[in-house]
Amino acid sequence: MASLVVAEHDNIELKRATLHAVTAASQFEGEVHILVAGADSAAVAAAAAQVAGVTKVLHADDPAYGHGLAENLAPLIVGLAEGYDHLLACATTFGKNTMPRVAALLDVAQISEISAIVSADTFVRPTYAGNAMATVKSNDARKVITVRATAFDAAAEEGGSAAVEAIDGPGDQGLSRFERHELSVSERPELTSADIVVSGGRGMQSGENFSLVEAVADRLGAAVGASRAAVDAGYVPNDYQVGQTGKVVAPNLYVAVGISGAIQHLAGMKDSKVIVAINKDEEAPIFQIADYGLVADLFKALPELAEELDKQNISKN
Amino acid sequence: MKVLVGIKRTIDANVKVRVKADESGVETANVKMTINPFCEIAVEEAVRMKEAGIAEEVVVVTAGPEEARQTLMTALAIGADRAVHVVAEQDIQPLAVAKVLKAVIEQESPGLVILGKQAIDDDSNQTGQMLAALLGWPQATFASKITLGEGEAEVTREIDGGLETLTVKLPAVVTTDLRLNEPRYASLPNIMKAKKKPIDAKTVEEWGVDAAPRIEVLNVKSPGKREAGVIVENVAELVDKLQNEAKVL
Repeated sequence: MASLVVAEHDNIELKRATLHAVTAASQFEGEVHILVAGADSAAVAAAAAQVAGVTKVLHADDPAYGHGLAENLAPLIVGLAEGYDHLLACATTFGKNTMPRVAALLDVAQISEISAIVSADTFVRPTYAGNAMATVKSNDARKVITVRATAFDAAAEEGGSAAVEAIDGPGDQGLSRFERHELSVSERPELTSADIVVSGGRGMQSGENFSLVEAVADRLGAAVGASRAAVDAGYVPNDYQVGQTGKVVAPNLYVAVGISGAIQHLAGMKDSKVIVAINKDEEAPIFQIADYGLVADLFKALPELAEELDKQNISKN
Repeated sequence: MKVLVGIKRTIDANVKVRVKADESGVETANVKMTINPFCEIAVEEAVRMKEAGIAEEVVVVTAGPEEARQTLMTALAIGADRAVHVVAEQDIQPLAVAKVLKAVIEQESPGLVILGKQAIDDDSNQTGQMLAALLGWPQATFASKITLGEGEAEVTREIDGGLETLTVKLPAVVTTDLRLNEPRYASLPNIMKAKKKPIDAKTVEEWGVDAAPRIEVLNVKSPGKREAGVIVENVAELVDKLQNEAKVL
């Protein structure tokens, strides 16, 4: 039987997270279909139809689905579930919010944030902030799964030519309504898909000082992240948080600045290819996992780093 | 309004978790256990609602072994009024916990239910959403602000792109994120007072809930270990290594 991937989007663009879930879905036997539930979201359905490996796009277009409210999406997905063995979404805040509601309505367990697929019913998933990798077998007839994006490559955006089928859903359940967004606007790449991430921690001491991190990040074309401590202190918004309960990233290069390296932070970045730590405390646990450590005062090291990148003609701007 | 808070006993966040030699799970013997941090935030929020005169009573519920009574005592010391202990000695997974909470909620009829967004042991992040589904209630997950109104609540949620604000009809299930509040330290008098507060203990079977696990844990392994690398002397050496050795610049 087939797999259904629930698309994440903003009614304009298909979010990259969806492409990772498609790759996971394609490891199962059978076709991969995508559900695009949105409002005035034809462009998203068209984009989903182009994704390599996808054979059908189900498109439910209704104002009730415009803001991804779980109360409205879950009955729609449940109504489609009969045709699928596996129902997947990426383990983003969207997927984490929506899929357990689907699972409970189907009376099945959800397998959260899988990092590998062993077989159609057996998966590997990180627990205890990634300190214990559990291999779990679901005994439910239908599997509801969220996928850790960093563990599965993104499917190609082009190459598919799936048919788009318009479907109706149960619509507005009258339980919740969207009020407003306050989205971070940034010219920088998105944190979870960036090639390079530069993150600051408590050692930054203030939000203003993050300009030092940004100066380096912008020279590298990098995204900016943060530890929980920096977010809790109000230096940067919540969506910067990398860690067990924030975002999980695995870039080619992760630069941790003024971050001591609590296990909760390591959980979100230790799969990065190369890790650099800059910290004035040589005992900081971050050095135990860093490929390159620089014991230095960040207020001196960051401007020097920016200058060195310019000098070596590495800067991208 | 009555506020019900579901809580979980977990390994303390500061404990370095070790996988058992037989790969059957993680070592929990002689390991410090505590209230899951997100659950503590949930209790704090409910108690603040009571202190603000919005909530009349705060009831905390846990499903877990005999020792979970300690976790209920922690919540009672923060300021919850009474506790329900659904005693379950076996592994109790999120769907089963949601079913247990549903049974308790049907008896208690709270106007609002607050849970932590995830437990830091299994990192599932499911129970609140599942509970809302089973009750047919709205859900507001990952909350950083809750404002109660007439028959509804406005909740600001921490999402990947920033913040989102929803209005949900009450009763509803809200799950907490880190920035919702900073839990207090329970004072000694309140810890003493907690000991006199009622805890209603009944087994999961007595609640009539099928708590059989749906997911079988085949094995639990340590992740591949990352070795420490080298300490560089200065920024120039760092950039040189990144460019010529690691080749990531």
